[in-house]
Amino acid sequence: MASKSAPSKTVVLVGSRKGLFVLKSDDGRKTWRADGPHFLGQIVNHALMNPATGTILVAVRAGHLGPTVFRSTDGGKNWKEAATPPAFPKNPNEGAGDNYGWVVNHVFWLTRGHVSEPKTWYAGSSPHGLFRSEDDGVTWQSVNGLNLHPDRLKWLGGAQESPPDGATLHSINVDPFDKNHLLVGMSSGGVFESYDRGANWKPNNRGIAADFLPDPNAETGHDPHCVQMHPTVRDVVYQQNHCGIYRLERAQNRWTRIGDNMPKAIGDIGFPVVLHPRDPATLWVFPMDGSTVWPRMSVAGKPAVYCSRDSGKSWVRQDKGLPPAQAWFTVKRQAMSADQAAPVGLYFGTTSGEVWCSFDEGKKWQCLMLHLPHLYSVEAYTL
Amino acid sequence: MKVKLPTPLVEYTDGIREVEAIGDSLDALLFDLDRRYPGMRFRMIDEQGQIRAHIKLFVNAELQRSLVVSLRPSDEILIVAALSGG
Repeated sequence: MASKSAPSKTVVLVGSRKGLFVLKSDDGRKTWRADGPHFLGQIVNHALMNPATGTILVAVRAGHLGPTVFRSTDGGKNWKEAATPPAFPKNPNEGAGDNYGWVVNHVFWLTRGHVSEPKTWYAGSSPHGLFRSEDDGVTWQSVNGLNLHPDRLKWLGGAQESPPDGATLHSINVDPFDKNHLLVGMSSGGVFESYDRGANWKPNNRGIAADFLPDPNAETGHDPHCVQMHPTVRDVVYQQNHCGIYRLERAQNRWTRIGDNMPKAIGDIGFPVVLHPRDPATLWVFPMDGSTVWPRMSVAGKPAVYCSRDSGKSWVRQDKGLPPAQAWFTVKRQAMSADQAAPVGLYFGTTSGEVWCSFDEGKKWQCLMLHLPHLYSVEAYTL
Repeated sequence: MKVKLPTPLVEYTDGIREVEAIGDSLDALLFDLDRRYPGMRFRMIDEQGQIRAHIKLFVNAELQRSLVVSLRPSDEILIVAALSGG
């Protein structure tokens, strides 16, 4: 893919605990304006755009009301609710089994379908559920190959096993070279893949540490935090896991812990992992304190991004412009993103309501917005 | 019959707090509300047909815990979005 050069238009969708903010630049990222909040006071777990069609989808939940998805086809001027939001299959009878009777608490993750299917979207929910829309987000159907899989509860380690914000299905990846190949992450549960559009699934967790499980070599029950498939290079997949940073060796279908190459004082625990849109060897992570009780804050109160240019063999600290001390925020799994310009712009949103950005691939950082609510998602687009 | 709505639901009614709906049961009434204001029912009732945790339904000021409740045209329905923290 040819790189897009500035000046360009950039849109950054920022989801928060209290609404959606839209940041826009029309002059190659020199000046910015903020639009919003949309859905004031409502929880926005994820917001995504399809740059090819302009459709924006937003996963929304109000504190009192059930979860839903809103969509806009005019750049966010008007919003319309999905006619049939993501929902689990209705329990057909009392003896239908433990896979029935589930209720979507919130839609947690959104992913665009394959480029050849511009009206297809996927949604992941808490508790673990996968849903697909084939009409640009108007109606959603349960992907029953996963949601009703007979081994599902065994994979998840039981319904009681869930992280603090709820058990989730996230990191939905559609293979850019095969529209029927899906890869998802489940917390907990692990990484799972389907090569038939979601009808059948297999775990893919070999090589991933699981030091919280009785069997550290278990095939399932892992805790991927964020899994990203490269958008333009075949078979390049990186993962930020509860137990480190990994690269998938596709030939062996085995993960290598590239986080072992991080500085020991920093460790390799965090939530987001962001890939360079063109270079398959470049990725960024945002380490956090995952020691003892899992504080989930910047290590030692000194936030930093770490970048690898060699597929994880070595890492460089990128903290120029970030607070040098006493900054205790962190970054959630869908709150860090790269645009598609050259050089690549990086953006992350913090748990303390700040949006930070870098327009030189992480060498220098600047704060784009302050005083926002707790930030859940950041997605950047070069138009 | 009259249905009084909580503020989180008035985005469906252009801000109107009191609307009309019909139905011979609470379940039927909520389907009629959804016909008039598409999407409203799912925000109150989950996919398994259960009333969501923070929604309370009153018929003539009496709290109902089931949708299988007969209604008369003279009944008054109050829907409350219960307080759920900060």
